[in-house]
Amino acid sequence: MSTIEAAIRSATISVVVENEAGVLARVIGLFAGRGYNIDSLTVAPVDDGRGRSRINIVTSGTPMVIEQIKAQLSRLVPVHRVADLTQDGPHIAREMALVKVIGQGNARAEALRLADAFRARVVDASTESFVFEMTGQTEKLDAFVELMRPLGLAEVSRTGVAAMARGTRLI
Amino acid sequence: MNQTDIQAPTVAKTQPGAEILLRALKDEGVEVIFGYPGGAVLPIYDAIFQQNAIRHILVRHEQAAVHAAEGYARSTGRVGVVLVTSGPGATNAVTGLVDALMDSIPIVCLTGQVATHLIGNDAFQEADTTGITRPATKHNYLVKRGEDLARVVHEAFYVARSGRPGPVVIDLPKDILIGQAPYAAKSEQPHRSYRPRTAPDAEQIARAVALLKSAKRPIIYSGGGVINAGDRASEALVRLGRKSGFPITSTLMGLGAYPSNDPQFLGMLGMHGTYEANMTMHDCDVMLNVGARFDDRVTGRLNAFSPDSRKIHIDIDPSSINKNVRVEVPVVGDAGLALEAIIEAWDNDPTVPDTAALAGWWQQIEVWRAVKCLKFTQTTAKGGIIKPQHAIQRLYDITRELGRETYISTEVGQHQMWAAQYFRFDKPNRWMTSGGLGTMGYGLPAAMGTQIAHPDALCIDIAGEASILMNIQEMATLAQYRLPVKVFILNNQYMGMVRQWQELLHGSRYSESYSEALPDFVKLADAFHGVGMRATSIDQLDDVIRAMLAEPRAVIADICVDQTENCYPMIPSGAAHNDMILGPEHGPGLRNGGASGVTDEGLGLV
Repeated sequence: MSTIEAAIRSATISVVVENEAGVLARVIGLFAGRGYNIDSLTVAPVDDGRGRSRINIVTSGTPMVIEQIKAQLSRLVPVHRVADLTQDGPHIAREMALVKVIGQGNARAEALRLADAFRARVVDASTESFVFEMTGQTEKLDAFVELMRPLGLAEVSRTGVAAMARGTRLI
Repeated sequence: MNQTDIQAPTVAKTQPGAEILLRALKDEGVEVIFGYPGGAVLPIYDAIFQQNAIRHILVRHEQAAVHAAEGYARSTGRVGVVLVTSGPGATNAVTGLVDALMDSIPIVCLTGQVATHLIGNDAFQEADTTGITRPATKHNYLVKRGEDLARVVHEAFYVARSGRPGPVVIDLPKDILIGQAPYAAKSEQPHRSYRPRTAPDAEQIARAVALLKSAKRPIIYSGGGVINAGDRASEALVRLGRKSGFPITSTLMGLGAYPSNDPQFLGMLGMHGTYEANMTMHDCDVMLNVGARFDDRVTGRLNAFSPDSRKIHIDIDPSSINKNVRVEVPVVGDAGLALEAIIEAWDNDPTVPDTAALAGWWQQIEVWRAVKCLKFTQTTAKGGIIKPQHAIQRLYDITRELGRETYISTEVGQHQMWAAQYFRFDKPNRWMTSGGLGTMGYGLPAAMGTQIAHPDALCIDIAGEASILMNIQEMATLAQYRLPVKVFILNNQYMGMVRQWQELLHGSRYSESYSEALPDFVKLADAFHGVGMRATSIDQLDDVIRAMLAEPRAVIADICVDQTENCYPMIPSGAAHNDMILGPEHGPGLRNGGASGVTDEGLGLV
């Protein structure tokens, strides 16, 4: 797409869209059709009485590609606003994960100790399993999942990133 | 969603969906629909039957309906309207929709759909039309409630013609067309989310003017956006040209915005553009791109594209800016408004341009122009073979002699490029061609739609014998509506552009590009109630052109031309602008690029 060699950067982009049928398909289709990466995607109505949804996308590309992504998103008819949280200033990005660990003995005890250290909550337990709930930055979740791997990691379910600018700044 | 509820004084009065649809179309100023009936849209056809405000043109294939609407839209600046049935009707229209998307043509395409309760059941002639057309349109709608119908139609027209124009699909389930609902008038309120910027930023305009006035080797590179912005934009382009004295080149889509016979016009640029246009682009120091998108057919190898210039880009679509080529001054806005703002700022800026440098630049451009890159040798001997370039040159000369209002459409391939090179346009909206998508079969239906919009004008489809067969069935539509479209076929019995690439890039292995078993086009015209003519040698050419232009009925003129002729100049894929192949007329000395220089990477670039 571009002949300019530039470093790949990650971008967390929030998009406020009209809450109507097919709007998510338009966004996903745009990424698939133009070959952009989706590292994470979340969408939910953020009901302020105006029927709008918020889509958070974590993507990566050269600065020129990221600018293209924003411009392409902005020209979709049901899109109200597009914000590049990574570029616009400090922001918070959080993700939630459910992590199922199956095991017995020392491994089980160690999993529980680590979960405590990571401030993961036990939301389900049986004699042979735990389900941990954990919220945090993507990297923290990644680290926790890796630690659970040798301790009987069986299943992971993640929400993808929800993000927002710090301070009084709004999208 | 809620807006219609507030402003609906006629809320008590309801009517069937099909009637609401036609009423909304009428309120949008629609006069013509290009369509083809089918089960799902029967209620609409019933409503059409019972009114006289809107004329329906029955095409013979849904793809042609969209191309006809494109021709209508491109030649009038209005929104073209298409009506097709569900399933295959909609899928047949997809090629036309993508064509309109790529070339930014405003279209509203109404597609039938199975009843809402059947959607998703694999019903007869059901297709996921909104799913299929999502990447093929600027926007699309599925109307699931009768009370949304009128609002959606009005909104669709707004979306189709606002900002960067494009095709919009409205998918209409049959029960919505039958059911009763209230009408809603056009809303005066702005669209909830889609409000494209049209007025340029004053600061960027000032920066653009400062850059333009500092130029020593400037060029204006104009595109289809100027045509889309209306006559006002073309007039502003001419004024800026006169005022600045800058050289001007145009993309394929932009031809006609600036008068082609003006000495400041360098001709088309790009892969088959003129030597002077491409050399001027390559060596310029300031480039003003207005309404063009740095398409790969224009830029050639990106990292060698006009390497030393500072660039200004005016575009109504922010996503076109910095997509392929990084520019210094981006101006988001309507081409006409931006050009007018530049002219005003130019007049108010006291800086005096460097006229001496500009004079020197013109001297250099005249040297390039003197190469006469479009020259060719046409034998005049009786029985001599017709050069395709000459056929178009004569078509141009003779139509000019006649002085009739002339609209040209083309199919896709060599003939299209020769038409762009040798037919010259003085006004916008006179040139209908499939630029972005490159759709063979575009020209005949486009000429048909153009003729509907301009009944007294001369509408000519410059075609190839391969392309014309892709929508040849539309000859029947011409007959039905007595449309005197002229089909001017440059018949070289090959898919000429494919053959040319095979010759230059694939060792002359003409794989599947020979048009075996062609129809007799003279008899074909006759079979479709038109008039067939043929020229096989140079002494017949002018007579056939004159007879064609004098004929009140539709004509197919089969012009048998040199089968081996290639389209030059040519920038091979992956090469730079200053690395052009000139034709054999210029001898080996000027073939400073050449097919031998094509890299594997270039071969991959199509």
